[in-house]
Amino acid sequence: MKPAFHEIDPAPVRVAVRFDGQELLLPEGANLAASLLAAGIVSLRDTPVSGAPRAPFCMMGTCFDCLVQIDGVTRQACMTEVAEGMEITRPTREAADD
Amino acid sequence: MIDLAIIGAGPAGMAAAAEAAGRGLSVCVLDEQARPGGQIYRDVDRAAGTLGAILGPDYAHGATLSGALRDSAARHVTGAVVWAIETDDAGFTVNYTRDGASAQIRAGRILLATGALERPMPLPGWTLPGVMTAGAAQILLKQSGIVADRAVLVGSGPLLYLIAAQMVRAGTPPLALVETPARGDFAGALRHLGGALRGWRYLMKGAGLLAAIRRAGVPRYRAATEIYIEGMDRATAVRFRAGGQDHRIGCDTVLLHQGVVPNTQAARSIGVPHLWDDQQRCFSPVVDTWGGTAVPGVFLAGDGAGIGGAKLAEVAGRITALAIAAEAGWITPAERDRDAAPLMAARRAEGAVRPFLDAAYPPAAAPIADDTIVCRCEEVTAGAIRGYAKLGCTGPNQAKAFGRAGMGPCQGRYCGLTVTALLAEATGQTEDETGYYRIRPPLKPVTLAELAAMDAPHKDAAE
Amino acid sequence: MGTDYVIIGGGVVGLSVAWGLLKRGHTVTVLDGDDGSFRASRGNFGLVWVQSKGMKQPRYAQWSQTSAAAWADYAAELQDATGHDLGLEQRGGYDLHFSEETLQETVDQYEVLKAKLGGDYPYEVLGHNALRKEEPHIGPKVVGAILHHQDGHANPLRLLLALADDVRRMGGRVLTGKTVTDVSKPDGFRVTCADGTIVEGGKVVLSAGLGAMQLGPKLGFRAPIRPQRGQVLITEKLPKIINRPSLIARQVDEGGIQIGATNEEVGLDDSVTQTGLSGLAAEAIAAYPILGRAQLVRSWGALRVLSPDGLPIYQQSAEMPGAYLVTCHSGITLSAAHARLLPDWLDGTAAAPDLEVFSEARFS
Repeated sequence: MKPAFHEIDPAPVRVAVRFDGQELLLPEGANLAASLLAAGIVSLRDTPVSGAPRAPFCMMGTCFDCLVQIDGVTRQACMTEVAEGMEITRPTREAADD
Repeated sequence: MIDLAIIGAGPAGMAAAAEAAGRGLSVCVLDEQARPGGQIYRDVDRAAGTLGAILGPDYAHGATLSGALRDSAARHVTGAVVWAIETDDAGFTVNYTRDGASAQIRAGRILLATGALERPMPLPGWTLPGVMTAGAAQILLKQSGIVADRAVLVGSGPLLYLIAAQMVRAGTPPLALVETPARGDFAGALRHLGGALRGWRYLMKGAGLLAAIRRAGVPRYRAATEIYIEGMDRATAVRFRAGGQDHRIGCDTVLLHQGVVPNTQAARSIGVPHLWDDQQRCFSPVVDTWGGTAVPGVFLAGDGAGIGGAKLAEVAGRITALAIAAEAGWITPAERDRDAAPLMAARRAEGAVRPFLDAAYPPAAAPIADDTIVCRCEEVTAGAIRGYAKLGCTGPNQAKAFGRAGMGPCQGRYCGLTVTALLAEATGQTEDETGYYRIRPPLKPVTLAELAAMDAPHKDAAE
Repeated sequence: MGTDYVIIGGGVVGLSVAWGLLKRGHTVTVLDGDDGSFRASRGNFGLVWVQSKGMKQPRYAQWSQTSAAAWADYAAELQDATGHDLGLEQRGGYDLHFSEETLQETVDQYEVLKAKLGGDYPYEVLGHNALRKEEPHIGPKVVGAILHHQDGHANPLRLLLALADDVRRMGGRVLTGKTVTDVSKPDGFRVTCADGTIVEGGKVVLSAGLGAMQLGPKLGFRAPIRPQRGQVLITEKLPKIINRPSLIARQVDEGGIQIGATNEEVGLDDSVTQTGLSGLAAEAIAAYPILGRAQLVRSWGALRVLSPDGLPIYQQSAEMPGAYLVTCHSGITLSAAHARLLPDWLDGTAAAPDLEVFSEARFS
């Protein structure tokens, strides 16, 4: 479906990242949480308690609802900048392979 | 060992850093963001052009503060996530991480300028994707130039008008403005304005914003009750009752706001006493005129010391910097008093509007339904907290042990005030008697590898 | 109006005893502290543990074994009554070793203890490779482990919650926010609180943790206990990484990895320190390298309630007969024994367990 947010002046320089296996072109150096919202991603994770979907809520690093995994480490998407080739996954409750 | 470590590069932190450095102190500002500004002036150095026009001149003022910080001798460490502050006889050790590495700085004094958080607004459905704080919408606009297409603003407070007006200017007006204050709140609040000229200016500014919102055809609902957010996997509508009728507004985004409250985590973690502020309906740290606290060497300025807004924070930052400079011997008490006098006067003028704002825009008064989640991290409901009160929990720490509210990564930032309020209501105690979560490190999560890198044998490598 | 028993202290120890007494049909009043009291019940590691206990006093090893064996049935009963899952797992636990020498030394000690216990000390030694089969995430620095089959762990906070719930459900009278200032025995017992509350009862059990340091002597006990700080870490909720618990780390039922604990003689200071947390993190990563990537979300310091030899104290007051001191470090492990067996001792029935070695006589 259509994203719930739009960029007022779409950034010209965009780089490819993967979110949950899906390739996205996001503005380089932009706020990751904001860019994912503008790309039409609705939820970033399911909670480990009930499995409910969650998405960015505070955008200032205090609510921890926008948690994602980058290189196997849980990070706040709203405190992360988009970088080329970034592999972003939903935090998982399944066992890690390594 | 530096003279002063400042946590936070918002208006208070930026102003204090420039002032203190100008008086000769060695100063280091630690801030989580990549660029100075805090939340109110988020990315102010980059948001020019189209965005500048949307955000307006009050926002643009922040560039003078970031400029002064840049021009000063103060060191600004960006992307620094402070996770522990420790005290010893000689001063303070601030532990932080940056880009996945651990670091420490030692300082003789610390100034906490950690700003504000949105007051939690627990409603049915407030954890659904698509529900955000109104502050988050502003940050999206300031930092990323992103605006919500089909949004409903819900709650209480002038920030709602500002955001709505900015969305109108961005060409994407919100679908509706749903306000909770009862009709009498605003009228009753007017008596607090008295002769405060700045207060009337504030009021006029609010009226101007409202006029712009009205011209854009944004429907405004007042004294809304029974608000809940509909949706299964994402927010799809806001339902509420207003003007004797039930309403349902379909939307993609819901922006909640009912004022902001001091972010007290860092101050609490080092033992600064806090008291309930009945006017602002939140806990505030106990500070003196200069921002000094009961903990020697620890100072607070800005919204983290009690909500006053950006202009007041800037002035308070400078006042506190003068106090610190005097205490550290860089200026005499007489110089401090002389230079602080006009700042104190400006602070009084700025602060005059607060009682009006606090009375006009109170948080929603309706009781929280039992099945509404109050702790977003651990998904603990209001009913569960009430149940723990029946099991003898007189305060939030025992309730936390019983039901995990406040144990998640947000460390209780978005449930603490609600849990205190629910327990106080259930036990009949005051908020001060009920108390608050004991805040301990880590103030923000830190990886075990980052922690382990600071283990004694390797400590040098981390410096 | 008095109750048969007045229990001073509403932590796991006091509530376990209260629960057991209520099951016997006694009337019970529990006096509990406030939200900020030192509470070992809120800060402990959650092990239901046998190995390494009672190396110098086999009766303590046995008492721990008795309690561990009673735990499953006890947890099931609490669970049925309250609906709270205590998260009990008793599939064994490890003592992890980073050197062959310490591993062998410990095994030698266990053999001595095992002989004294008549052979009832079911443990096995796992070398690194055998351990790795059980714990795929174990690190190369771990040379091996002692797997003791009587060990396990539970959710200590849910135990506290279930006891608080069930004691009330069975009619126990629990008063919170109380600080006991005095106990006298004009006829029956009179317990006075700081807020003026007076509670009367036929017998008194002092199970106030560190509170017994002050109150003990008023009741005629020596109560030679001291605080010892343990700092504890807990990570974000993670997929299954750790199978069985160890003294270094365990994965709690909610998913977080709990890492413990320091042993620090710092008096009544329950704060955490960067050096303490960093040391624990380094040790946990040495044991399970994958934990380096885990986010620490909480840490706390809690004060152990320790006697000079680390063993529990069970003592009836000579000065004030009918007053009993019940204090221990391992309130979770011993919760089942306290609930099931201490009531006989308190009531003085023929079925009372022999607790002579735990009396205060050993300190004279």
